[in-house]
Amino acid sequence: MSNVIGQRVTRYDGMAHVTGETKFVDDQVVPGTLTVKALRSPVSKGKIKNLDISAAEKMPGVAGVITAADVPCNAFGLIPDQPVLVGEDIRYKGEAIAAVAAVDEDAAMEALEKIGLEIEEQQAVLDPLEAMKDGAPQTRPEGNFQIWDDNNYRQVNLGDVDKAFEQADEIVESVHLHPSVEHAPMEPICSLAVPHAGPKLTIYTVSQALYFHLGMLCGILQMEPGDLHCKQWKAKTGSAWRHNTGYADLNYVGGTVGGGFGGKNDIMADHVAALLALKTGRPCKWRWTRAEDLLYSTFRGAWHITIKDAVTKQGRIIGRQMTSIRDAGSYASLNPYVVEKHCYLGAGPYFIPNVRVRGYCVYTNKPPASSMRGFGITPAAFATEVQMDQIADRLGMDPWEVRMTNAFRKGEFTPTKRILNSVAVIEVLQNLAAKAGVELPGHLKAMASTQERG
Amino acid sequence: MYPSGMSGGGDSSQAMVKVQPDGSAVVTVGSCDIGQGCKTIMAQITAEVLGIDYEAVKVVNDDTDNCPLSFGTFASRVTYVDGLATKLAAEDARRILFEVAAVMLECSEDELEAIDNQIRVKGNPDKALPIGEVAGAGTFGMRKLILGLGHYMRDPAAMDPETGECDPFCTLAWAASYAEVEVDTETGEVEILRLVNSYDVGKAMNPTHLEGQIDGGATMGVGAAMSENLHPFYPSLDFQPDNLGDYAIPTTMDVPDMESVIYECPSTNGPYGAKGIGEMTANTPGPAIVNAIHDAVGIWITNLPATPEKVLRALDAKGA
Amino acid sequence: MHTLELTVNGQGHKVEVGLKTTLLEVLRDKLHITSPKVGCNTGDCGTCSVLLDGVLVRSCITNALSVQGKSVTTLEGIIEPGDIHPLQKAFHENYGSQCGFCTPGMILASKALLDANPSPTRDEVKEALSGNLCRCTGYVKIIDSVLAAADEMKS
Ligand code: FES
Ligand code: FES
Repeated sequence: MSNVIGQRVTRYDGMAHVTGETKFVDDQVVPGTLTVKALRSPVSKGKIKNLDISAAEKMPGVAGVITAADVPCNAFGLIPDQPVLVGEDIRYKGEAIAAVAAVDEDAAMEALEKIGLEIEEQQAVLDPLEAMKDGAPQTRPEGNFQIWDDNNYRQVNLGDVDKAFEQADEIVESVHLHPSVEHAPMEPICSLAVPHAGPKLTIYTVSQALYFHLGMLCGILQMEPGDLHCKQWKAKTGSAWRHNTGYADLNYVGGTVGGGFGGKNDIMADHVAALLALKTGRPCKWRWTRAEDLLYSTFRGAWHITIKDAVTKQGRIIGRQMTSIRDAGSYASLNPYVVEKHCYLGAGPYFIPNVRVRGYCVYTNKPPASSMRGFGITPAAFATEVQMDQIADRLGMDPWEVRMTNAFRKGEFTPTKRILNSVAVIEVLQNLAAKAGVELPGHLKAMASTQERG
Repeated sequence: MYPSGMSGGGDSSQAMVKVQPDGSAVVTVGSCDIGQGCKTIMAQITAEVLGIDYEAVKVVNDDTDNCPLSFGTFASRVTYVDGLATKLAAEDARRILFEVAAVMLECSEDELEAIDNQIRVKGNPDKALPIGEVAGAGTFGMRKLILGLGHYMRDPAAMDPETGECDPFCTLAWAASYAEVEVDTETGEVEILRLVNSYDVGKAMNPTHLEGQIDGGATMGVGAAMSENLHPFYPSLDFQPDNLGDYAIPTTMDVPDMESVIYECPSTNGPYGAKGIGEMTANTPGPAIVNAIHDAVGIWITNLPATPEKVLRALDAKGA
Repeated sequence: MHTLELTVNGQGHKVEVGLKTTLLEVLRDKLHITSPKVGCNTGDCGTCSVLLDGVLVRSCITNALSVQGKSVTTLEGIIEPGDIHPLQKAFHENYGSQCGFCTPGMILASKALLDANPSPTRDEVKEALSGNLCRCTGYVKIIDSVLAAADEMKS
């Protein structure tokens, strides 16, 4: 048969799912697998004064304990700022400090209790608005802002926004808070690392991005032949994400994930499981509890968004200024990328000739926020679409009319001057109205994306 | 509105399509199926290009030793980027089949088409060979490995640091939602009575998968609008939910009646005109619900989620 | 350690368990039956659902010793191997499963419903599945699947 595209064929792996045959990471059975548990920081910010694992190592059933000293390259991420295990400076409550591999969960938990830990607590900053103030305590040595070029924000500037505000009939402003949201896939974070002679490792992973994490783990483990030292390597490339070596030592096994939604784009467990597998020579599995997953995994960081629009009496938006603050938590993860995406497209599916977007990525002592379904556009869509109704409300206009009047037309461009050739905002709204049973006035029904703006 | 592919470009995906001696195919990609259904879509594309049954395609995506590079499953990129890589790979494999069939049918390669499990001279069902026969002859007779390769990567986009001017994405898809709600002004409870979602998907590769993704994303949007908050005392970490009873993702009881309508405005470069919509499905329901609450009782909830407490406070403030 | 005797999917087993061991641990860790999933281990998600003498329970909060002598059915046991249950068929055909992680629990919760009520309304299906979380599907096609299976089983 041809013409398979567009057909309602059944899900490729649907039969495996409905019969329970599908194997997720936690379903892999490797005899002799050890259970991993982590010692996590009880404070949001502090300095480790003393860490003593000697008693824990001697506990019955314990096969290995690791700390920062066991991590060949203890900095990972696209911007490699995050340690696998904290060396000295704790940046968030729940940050992993040490990890134990033991024959079962009870033995691992008992060993954690035997780890000696002294912390000098420091003042944490949890509010990004506080963190932005001069003289605020530093959440990280590089400062509380993500720096782009010479700015502490990412910007998009189109046209002359100030002039648009002078020419406006109405100025409409709204302030929004999009809260922190967790991905909460039904499958929690889990990793199983199985060592082989060589040493080589097989990692069973929940990763959404096998190659991404393969490269990062190569960087963390420094596994390439000839053992290039971490520092030299970092000096050479500036990144712990490596493309060219070490792949032969690792096999990343996955591809079947129990929901991700962006929550499995960052390495969260593979590195610790891998290090313990190398240290103990035995398979090690680290399955996070649901509580750990909710409290310490990445999440959609909160957004504070202010939109101010210059609007004409006819409902045309002639200028838009957006100032957005992302609560990024304590490490870069994918936060800078999230903020960039927000800036590029945050102003919405409307042709606005004058746009100024400033996106701040502000670090606080929360667990690192990162990607989630929709990246920075989800909170932007919330703010801009509520704003559209507020504009309609202010002008006494129909919100459908305000949207369709401003909607992109074919050949128009986004605030970054990307010209659009596949445009269907108006058609999507017309379809929505028809399906919802809303009768649009004739001139809105007759509108089309291919018509030039009058 | 949502883009397909990584902002700024530079994200690669590769694919391999191997045609077996019996004419069935194995497509190998490095992207993960996180539930979105990329195994189905890659199998459909492979079947389409080779003119074979969907059931005759096997998908392998399970490890980095065997699968080619992919940046991964995020940025609504897999249908688009892996889809293009898979299409290229399948076309490459088909080219090899045509080489073989041209010899067997004594014609030139560009006269051939792959359709109905056959390789045949275009429009001429009498000059046709079962694809299994071609693959068998190619493999054993001509000692070929019928393996097609594909790689798609959008060039990294240059960006002006002052204006932000750049061409950061492959294509944009468009969506809108309509909500009807009932607000109990005594308790502050909001009930969503109806949610309608309208999407431009470029090309509906598999309408069932699309509907499922739209329903699921909309439900995530409903959760973020109505009940989910990881930091209820934001910005503090106090009383952070640590179980799925307290972190309230929607259950069957929280989901309204949902309908969706799909529009196809083809992307200029995506496979068959497709666009990625996986992420954007969570975006439009939230504001539609908040706007519906305003329409019902005249309050703006600009600080999500719209809990009964916030609704009551806003009603109080409005009354005062 | 205590000896637990139970029947799982028609087969008798004898395993050593502790006082705190859960039924989920017995199934997954001792018997390597992996269709019941560990979604939360706190009784909140339903991915570990199994049938205990035909009644739907969350195996993660079911003490292993409390099932002494009882009969457990997991997804693997709702039909003879090689055969397919109408619910499985309906979930497959109606796209009731995306990532698949909630699916074993969903199908068992649906089976418990249909065993008790072969002709449920849409609202009754919602009610019966309200303890089983799914983050992928928005439940629409899961509910469609259950109703389709009910139809098929009646005819
Ligand atoms: S694992 Fe038992 S209810 Fe979640
Ligand atoms: S299908 Fe993924 S959780 Fe239900």
